[in-house]
Amino acid sequence: MSNETILQSTIGVTIPSEIDNHEEHVHHHHESFITKYVFSQDHKMIGKQFLITGMFWAVLGGLMSVLFRLQLGYPDSTFPWLEDIIGKWGKGGHISPEAYYALVTTHGTVLVFFVLTAGLSGTFANLLIPLQVGARDMASPFMNMLSYWFFFTASVIMLSSVFVETGPFSGGWTAYPPLSALGSASPGSKTGMDLWIIAMALFVVSSLLGGLNYIVTILNMRTKGMTMTRLPLTIWALFFTAVLGVLSFPVLLSGFILLIFDRNFGTSFYLSDIYVNGVGALPNEGGSAILFQHLFWFLGHPEVYIILLPAMGMVSEILSTNSRKPIFGYMAMVGSLFAIAILAFLVWAHHMFVTGLNPFLGSIFVLLTLLIAVPSAIKVFNWLTTLWRGNIRFTPAMLFAIGFVSLFISGGLTGIWLGNSALDIHLHDTYFVIAHFHIVMGVASMFGMFAGIYHWFPKMYGKYLNNNLGYIHFWLTMIGAYLIFWPMHYEGLAGMPRRYYDIGAWESFKQFADLNRFISTVAMIVFAVQLLFLFNFFYSIFKGRKLTTKNPWNSTTLEWTTPINPGHGNWVGEIPEVHRWAYDYGKDGHDFIQQTTPIGEDESIH
Amino acid sequence: MMATVSSNQRNRIHPHKFTLWVAMGSIVMMFAGLTSAYIVRSNQANWLEFSLPGIFWYSTAVILFSSVTMHLSVRAFKAREMQRYRLLITVTMLLGVLFGVLQFMGFANLINHGIPLTGQGSNPSASFLAVITGLHILHVLGGIVALLVIFFKAYSSKYKSYNPLPVELAGIYWHFVDILWIYLFIFFSAVQ
Ligand code: HEM
Ligand SMILES: [Cu+2]
Repeated sequence: MSNETILQSTIGVTIPSEIDNHEEHVHHHHESFITKYVFSQDHKMIGKQFLITGMFWAVLGGLMSVLFRLQLGYPDSTFPWLEDIIGKWGKGGHISPEAYYALVTTHGTVLVFFVLTAGLSGTFANLLIPLQVGARDMASPFMNMLSYWFFFTASVIMLSSVFVETGPFSGGWTAYPPLSALGSASPGSKTGMDLWIIAMALFVVSSLLGGLNYIVTILNMRTKGMTMTRLPLTIWALFFTAVLGVLSFPVLLSGFILLIFDRNFGTSFYLSDIYVNGVGALPNEGGSAILFQHLFWFLGHPEVYIILLPAMGMVSEILSTNSRKPIFGYMAMVGSLFAIAILAFLVWAHHMFVTGLNPFLGSIFVLLTLLIAVPSAIKVFNWLTTLWRGNIRFTPAMLFAIGFVSLFISGGLTGIWLGNSALDIHLHDTYFVIAHFHIVMGVASMFGMFAGIYHWFPKMYGKYLNNNLGYIHFWLTMIGAYLIFWPMHYEGLAGMPRRYYDIGAWESFKQFADLNRFISTVAMIVFAVQLLFLFNFFYSIFKGRKLTTKNPWNSTTLEWTTPINPGHGNWVGEIPEVHRWAYDYGKDGHDFIQQTTPIGEDESIH
Repeated sequence: MMATVSSNQRNRIHPHKFTLWVAMGSIVMMFAGLTSAYIVRSNQANWLEFSLPGIFWYSTAVILFSSVTMHLSVRAFKAREMQRYRLLITVTMLLGVLFGVLQFMGFANLINHGIPLTGQGSNPSASFLAVITGLHILHVLGGIVALLVIFFKAYSSKYKSYNPLPVELAGIYWHFVDILWIYLFIFFSAVQ
């Protein structure tokens, strides 16, 4: 029996005189399949919708990377089955160059935007914000629902671009013109790009609708006693994430609008003096392709933090809970999130050091970029000191959180290399960059997401995930991720360029043939391991061990005061009042004190 | 009944009003992105300079005046003078439409003077003007749609609502697109 039905039947029994009232009540709570699972306005259900859609994209995007890694790792082998699954794109068992670029581009777009933005903040902002600030739902549940359906529509359109005759867009996830602006530039620049840009525009709308709601809910809908400094760090992180999104996505949209005009209305914002083979010289004059890069990276850099911050927030929460210790330096954690959010807007040109940027301007961007190391180091220090001498419970969520810290250190350090414009002249567009951002953004945020899923799965479904499968999942993914991306640093330092279809054509990179084969093999294994996780996830939804307590991890935060399977509205009866911050672990001899517990008379001040 | 805004949640400002403010911040960022792109591009070679169509002065006057009628209609609604409110809001909408028409006449004026906005031979400076002011017209149009919705709500007998929030929201947004145009007008006049 769900809590809703329990609630209703008690009302029915205790207030028999109010029969009319009761009937109305039941009527109101009766939700059809459509309003409960499809057009739901319940933030928890919307969170699950984002999660499952994100998982779909993760599998597809991951599979794409396996396919193009086949080309990179085994350029001379043929795989006849390829022709069966991708048809003309895999003629003769070889991935064609067009298919290779289409796969790389779609992989990047999908993983960055659909998985690690929508799948990550969409899921956890929706699930956690109302639950952890003590609200019945978002400020506007309807807008929240729209946010998902815009994302869904964007997904459908992006997916359909994979099936068009000329293939999906293939000019890289950054969509630089002229490849993105000229239909004649490549097969993927035709219908594929039209669909790409429509999907991305819808995606931006989805992010904005979501972000507005997250900000307003956090600032306006907190329960009594929940001051800003009592918020769990997850909420702070999701707050800054939403602010970054609301301020930077519109700029990307303006870049896209100019792109649409260049594509369809003959303007020359990004185009000048272009000669296309088979078409001839184009009339466009006076445009600047670099302009797009500025508009793109003004979003693009904040975007990487939009991806990372939610993971940071969840990791802080999970590390503290499972170390049974308060988070070290709560205010420093908030302050460093704030600093990162500010700096995120001031460093975009570090992606453009080699575009002919004025070297003096470049040096300012070097300085600002390297400044990010300061708040990043503060966060790492605080995570490690939170772990230090903790009474650590190695749950799968905890392992993924610790893995996140490790990956963030490894990937952050290489960021400092890249942030020096002099070094970047050598490293730009090599595998070093690939290694850097896959470790620090791709894998680390994925780990944050896994940590979040393992930790909050009981809240989402009222069941536990299987721990042993979780441990296997963690260790193989952790080892695999380092085996895949660590060697890429060496390839990059040796100058091996990214975005090349066949690297073996160069004498100097032939030495990496074995290494590339090794990387591809590990990538396939790691992909297979993720299927294990998927099995665990879906199996546990139906057959997992049932929760018998509201608070399985002995946590302090509000979401664990709701019923095991909370209905729409989250709390039965009044929303609880908050009396303390979120990190009273191991205080005055208590293992943990929930936020709803009033301050005792002789309680010490933390 | 599940109320989203329950009494024990502190509301210094109504969440929907706050949402509107944040959304306006977001819109500002979009135009900031476009106008910075304009500045960056205007400093490069092959930038056509031309003076703005004089008709933009009229459209500016029209949108300023529409802000006055909008303001008065919010006041009328709060005073429950529904007759006056309906009249004023109709005038506001018509002025909004007039503004859009005048802007398009300005575009036509440029094209007639041999300054194509898009297509073959168009210079980015004219295209920028068209795209940015065009986007602004779209935002005015959004405001007109919002006004239409609350206008018909005031007419339908089913909803006799004296909740001033929707009207207030529409008012804030209307003044916002007004100010946005003033900014753009000054910007285009100053940065050539
Ligand atoms: C100390 C911190 C960091 C510094 C100094 C830094 C610096 C840089 C620089 C200079 C580049 C450009 C390299 C090039 O293209 O030549 C770069 C690329 C990149 N960084 Fe970082 N980074 C840092 C942290 C991060 C974090 C935390 C993330 C994500 C969560 C991230 C994501 C990326 C991505 C996605 C790219 C490559 C985009 C592309 O070209 O496709 N970085 N980083
Ligand atoms: Cu960056």
